[in-house]
Amino acid sequence: MTVTATAPPAADERLSKPRVMDQLIKRPEIGAMLGALLVFLFFSVVTEQFLSMGGAATWLDDASMLGIMAVAVALLMIGGEFDLSAGVMTASTALVTALLATQLGLNVWLSLLVSLAFALSVGALNGWLVMRTGLPSFIVTLGSFLALQGLNLGVTRLVTGSVQVSGMRDTVGYESAGFLFASTFQIGGTSFYVSIIWWVLFTVVASTVLMRTKFGNWIFAIGGAAQSSRAVGVPVVRSKILLFMTTAFAAWLVGSINILRYASVQANQGIGLEFQYIIAAVIGGCLLTGGFGSAVGAAIGALIFGMARQGIVYAGWNSDWFQLFLGVMLLAAVLVNNMLRRRAERVKR
Amino acid sequence: MTSLIEVENIGKTYGSVIALSDVSTVVNAGEVTCVLGDNGAGKSTLIKILAGVHQHDQGSFKVEGNEIKFSSPREALDHGIATVYQDLAVVPLMSVWRNFFLGSEPTTKFGFLDRKKGKEITKKALSDMGIDLRDVEQPVGTLSGGERQCVAIARAVHFGAKVLILDEPTAALGVKQAGVVLKYVAQARDRGLGVVLITHNPHHAFPVGNRFLLLKRGRPLGSYEKSEINLEELTRQMAGGAELEALAHELRGVEA
Repeated sequence: MTVTATAPPAADERLSKPRVMDQLIKRPEIGAMLGALLVFLFFSVVTEQFLSMGGAATWLDDASMLGIMAVAVALLMIGGEFDLSAGVMTASTALVTALLATQLGLNVWLSLLVSLAFALSVGALNGWLVMRTGLPSFIVTLGSFLALQGLNLGVTRLVTGSVQVSGMRDTVGYESAGFLFASTFQIGGTSFYVSIIWWVLFTVVASTVLMRTKFGNWIFAIGGAAQSSRAVGVPVVRSKILLFMTTAFAAWLVGSINILRYASVQANQGIGLEFQYIIAAVIGGCLLTGGFGSAVGAAIGALIFGMARQGIVYAGWNSDWFQLFLGVMLLAAVLVNNMLRRRAERVKR
Repeated sequence: MTSLIEVENIGKTYGSVIALSDVSTVVNAGEVTCVLGDNGAGKSTLIKILAGVHQHDQGSFKVEGNEIKFSSPREALDHGIATVYQDLAVVPLMSVWRNFFLGSEPTTKFGFLDRKKGKEITKKALSDMGIDLRDVEQPVGTLSGGERQCVAIARAVHFGAKVLILDEPTAALGVKQAGVVLKYVAQARDRGLGVVLITHNPHHAFPVGNRFLLLKRGRPLGSYEKSEINLEELTRQMAGGAELEALAHELRGVEA
C-alpha cells in the first residue's frame, strides 16, 4: 500500500476549511450588504414603481452621486482623517467650471481642467494644513468648509449679481463634455444616467487600490497606527495629502456631472452633504477612528441611501421619515462596526 | 573582528540636564548586550542614540568601525540597525502578513500587491524563527503581546537587520509570554545578529545576555561579561545593592 503525502504546504492542518459564514463576518461590508438587501426587499414589496426599470434608474442615479463621494471619503476615513469640506467642494468645482465657461467664454473642457486643478490644490492644502499643524482634520476642514461656502456665495454674487450661475447650454464644448459626464444610456427602453457608470468605475478603482496595492496597504496602516507606520518607512504625510486630494478629485467629478446635467448651479449647493458621505462610509463598515473599512462597503452604504430616499417617495410617505431611518441605520452601523473592531483588536496576554 | 556597534564614553545632555554620560559598551554579531537600569537610568536615551532618534554630544559612536552620527531612524535602519519598540511595533487592525511587509511590500510586475508571495514569505520567515502561526491573515490585534513582539522581531531579521534593538520587550508580558519572547531573542542571536536588549528585569537578561551594562542616573554603574558575574550579584547591583540591604533591615524592624 502506498501512502501519498501530498498535503498542500500552504494550508495549516490546525485550520479546518474556513466556513463561509466565518469568512463573511470578517468582511467590513457585510452589515451594509444585509441592510441593502433588507431595504431593497422592503420597498420592492410595499411599492410598485421601486422594482420597475424606471424606479431602479432613479434610485441608482441618486445613489451614484452620493456613492462617488462616499467611496473617496471612505478611503480618507480608513486613512484616519475626515473632510468636512467635501460637500461644499462639489458646488465649488461646479461654480468654477460654470463661471469660467459662461463669464469668460472659455471652452468647457478647459474650464473643467482649471476646475480640476483648483479642486486638487484645495485638497492638497487641506492635507498639508492637517499634517503641518497636527490639528484634527475635523477642525481644519471645518475651516475650509466655511471658507469655501463663503467664497462660493461671495464670488458668485460679485460676478453674476445673483446666487446662481446658469447658461451653460450656450458654451463651447458643452455637448461633448456633457456626453462624457451627463448623458444617458438605454437598457430595455429605460434611460440610465452615465453617472452610474462613473460610480461603479470609481468604486472598482478605489477598491483595487485599497486591497491590491502598496498604497492601499499604507492607507490602512496610517489610519491604524501612524507612528508605527512611520517607523517602518511609510511616507505618512505624502499618503495623507494624496487621500485629501482624492476626495477633492471625487468632488470635482460630482460637481462636473451636476453642472453638465442641469446646466446651472446654485451657490449654496452641497451644504450638509459632507455628513451624508461620512454616514454612507460608516454604514459601509468604516471605523470613525480609521484603519478599517471598505470602498465597496461605502458604495453599498450610498446604495442604501438612494434606495431608501426614493423608496419613501414611491411609498407616498413624508420625506421626514427618511431622517429617522437614517439615524437608526447610522446607530446600528456604528454598533456593528464597534463589535467587529473589538473582536479584531482583542488582546490575549 | 570589528564590533557591529562600539560606543565609548558617550554622553547626551538636554539643556542643563545630563541624561547620559561616560557610557561605553560594544555589540558583537551573535551576542546579546543587555542594558539594565531602573526608571530614569538613561536606558532610553542610550538606545535612542543608537536608533538615530537622538544624537549624542560626547564620546564616540562607531558602526562597524566607522565613526557615525545618525540624523534619522531611517538612516539607522539603512545601516542595518532595527529597533522594535514595545508599543510601536505593529498596526493591530491589519493582518499579520500585511504588517510583516508594511513599508516593503512585494509587488507583481504590474505593480499590484503579490498577496500570495507575501503570505508565503511571512509564514516561512515566522516559522524559520520558530514562530508557528495558524493563519497569517488574522489581524495582529488578535495575537498575544508576546507574539506581536515576535512578529516585529521576525520582520527586522527578515529585512536584513544586523543589529536588533529591543526596547523592554518583556515589560508588559506575563511570565510565560516573556519566556517565549526571550526564546526568539536567543534565536535572533544564534542567526548572527547583534542584539541590544533593554530591560529592568535581571531574570530576563541573565539567561540570554553575553554582556551586561548597568546604568544608574545616566551613569554606568558597571559593565560585566557573563563570566564575571552571576544572577544574584546582577540582581543585587540592579536593586541598588547596599541600599536594598538597608531597606530589608528596616522592613525586618517593622515586622518585629
